[in-house]
Amino acid sequence: MFQVMRSAPVYDVVVIGSGAGGGTTTKVLTDLGVSVCLLEAGPMLNPARDFKEHMWPYQVPHRGAGDGGDSYFGRSANGFGYFSATFGNWELEGEPYTTAPGNQFKWFRSRIVGGRTNHYGRISLRFADYDLKSYTRDGIGTDWPISYEDISPYYDKAERFIGVTGSKEGIRSAPDGIFQKCPPPRVHEVLVQKSCQKLGIPCIPSRLAVITEETNGRPPCHYCAQCGRGCVSSSNYSSSQVQVFPALKSGKLNLITNAMARELITDDTGKVKAVSYIDKTTRTEQQVRCRAVVLAASACESARLLLNSKSPRHSNGLANSSGMVGRNLTDSVGFGLSGEVPALEGMMRHNSDGMGGMHVYIPWWLWDKKLDFPRGYHVEIGGGFGMPQVGSFGGVCRKHEGYGKSLKDAIYQDYGTHVGLSGRGEMIPNEHTFCAIDPNVVDKYGIPVLRFNFQWSEAELKQVEHMEQTFTSIIETMGGKVNGPRHPERASGADKISIGGMIIHEVGTVRMGDDPAKSALNKYSQSHDVKNLFVADGGSFVSNPDKNPTLTITALAWRAAEYLAEEMRKGNV
Amino acid sequence: MSNPEFSRRDVLRTIALAVTAGGMTTAEAQHVHEMAAAETVASGGVYTPKKFNAHEYATLTRLCEITVPGAVEGGAPQFIDLLSSQNPELAAIYTGGLAWLDDESQRRNHVTFLAATPEQQTALLDLIAYRANASQEGLGHGVRFFDWARRMTVDAYYTSPPGIKEIGYMGNTAVAKFEVPREAVEYALKRSGLG
Repeated sequence: MFQVMRSAPVYDVVVIGSGAGGGTTTKVLTDLGVSVCLLEAGPMLNPARDFKEHMWPYQVPHRGAGDGGDSYFGRSANGFGYFSATFGNWELEGEPYTTAPGNQFKWFRSRIVGGRTNHYGRISLRFADYDLKSYTRDGIGTDWPISYEDISPYYDKAERFIGVTGSKEGIRSAPDGIFQKCPPPRVHEVLVQKSCQKLGIPCIPSRLAVITEETNGRPPCHYCAQCGRGCVSSSNYSSSQVQVFPALKSGKLNLITNAMARELITDDTGKVKAVSYIDKTTRTEQQVRCRAVVLAASACESARLLLNSKSPRHSNGLANSSGMVGRNLTDSVGFGLSGEVPALEGMMRHNSDGMGGMHVYIPWWLWDKKLDFPRGYHVEIGGGFGMPQVGSFGGVCRKHEGYGKSLKDAIYQDYGTHVGLSGRGEMIPNEHTFCAIDPNVVDKYGIPVLRFNFQWSEAELKQVEHMEQTFTSIIETMGGKVNGPRHPERASGADKISIGGMIIHEVGTVRMGDDPAKSALNKYSQSHDVKNLFVADGGSFVSNPDKNPTLTITALAWRAAEYLAEEMRKGNV
Repeated sequence: MSNPEFSRRDVLRTIALAVTAGGMTTAEAQHVHEMAAAETVASGGVYTPKKFNAHEYATLTRLCEITVPGAVEGGAPQFIDLLSSQNPELAAIYTGGLAWLDDESQRRNHVTFLAATPEQQTALLDLIAYRANASQEGLGHGVRFFDWARRMTVDAYYTSPPGIKEIGYMGNTAVAKFEVPREAVEYALKRSGLG
């Protein structure tokens, strides 16, 4: 069963994972002439066949509810519903994870070329200068070893290449970038803007990784609002379509799919010489040899791989002399509130699809104010005449009840009158939140799995209270009425806040830093201990600001890849 | 009882289970769904219930149409029957609920729900369509069942071509330039008091 191909080629770099970090690393390295072997734990993606863009619910017998009406029972075989391009879920058959007693954590994994970038929200926000030096500002957490000036050129490169909408605003918490024109706000978004204006809150054009002009041969957005289903015309960013597929044409890339990385193999000097992986199709172990390795399997999966790469020399796991691998795990703080807005009732029907996401958003605006919680959050906005789906009218059915014509009238009147606000805020790393290897459980490939500890602190709970007050003000200022909580019994902060991991912004588990005793990576995302090992996913993050991580993962991966190529050229790696 | 479609359906069902269990590639899953869709089309619009008996299906059909006029054309009975055939938990909700409807109709009117007059049918719905009546002696089951029937009938109708047309959804189409009608913006701003 164990097969090692001794005559196999030695690649310059093996990249593990093909999401935002791995896709960017692969594209940048192959463009620089470096040979890459990319390992992806899932199958190949064929957008034309696999994406369900433009499908109507009635084109499938279950209308999107899933076989057996799964969605009515709170289940989905597809993570975010039948039409979404997740190719993954909160639970994967045969690949468990566990949580320590008294802890809750949800881990979303996508096994497919492109990973979670095929379906993600495309929100693309630069970290602010102060986000990278928060400890210096408020004495909490840890500063990054890099400054805004270090990362800014790579934000430029990333934005230019993947394409991001936006506008120049000059707001310190939301640095401007290289933007394409954002489409105009929808009607409910105009109301939110006006409401915010009255409350002294900024509400600005969205920064989404959606192109509104032709970019590197990719046609502009056609405004069907279905980014989450995957875009057949690649008019939004997915690492599969925008980076991996083009890199395949370079002749420098060997993509191996259905390859689940198991362990990094080191030589006598402690450097990584090969990656051992399970070929899922044959369930055999294979090895691929390399001069350097870049982990981009997702923050927690990369930590797992390092912790599982034990040897007499690295008894604590590889690249872990600091003991920081698996520690400092954070997710974004999540809270949502919606309201019914009478001003929108009876409005003329029109196509409000637009981009797959909001056209305006609220950046954090109180960064220079003293509040009862540290750091901040941004606000995402939902609403409009969305495509009717299974469950779209559950709220009005519950509220109106009845049947027949009066029910239909109520549904017609209710359609498009709801506005939703979602807060995404910064969590402070704490000692009670981390992942480690579960000593008792392996997955179906025999690989030891992760066990999660996750606890919110008072800082996050207070932040959620602030979100609730703010969202209530915004909804009420536009004449709206806040919808009752979905679970009225859940009134306290600890119940309002999202479950850890649910916002799918998990980062920090292989953090960077100048001090090798307190961090696993240096400021170039290179292991302090193992010079030919890099991490290009969210694992390297020192903090988790109120900016969704993908753009920063892309920028840091770009920076690390350029550094790695240069170090290889100099013979240092 | 021989049904030429039966064995093929059985195969589809088995494959569908494999999808749920994750033992299948996306390409295969897509193929299955296309086959299932093709099957519906191939039957020429005459749907043979997979789960419910003829009386249950006729009762469900009537209930759907009263709940949301147009829901039968929108495929609601078919939708509910198909999903029930794939899910014993859901099937139990409907077979139990439809039997309850008949029992209650017999008790009140001495006929099945289907045989009752339209007035008698709506009189019963007037009771079970509201949560407030759930505490009334013997109505709790009916209220809970009708909540399911209403949700799924509404879902089926508004995800069907006539329902989508009626609600006025105008998207799911490619446009070169995204525009918001000025008239709509002005309407909402004026009503909000923010204009």
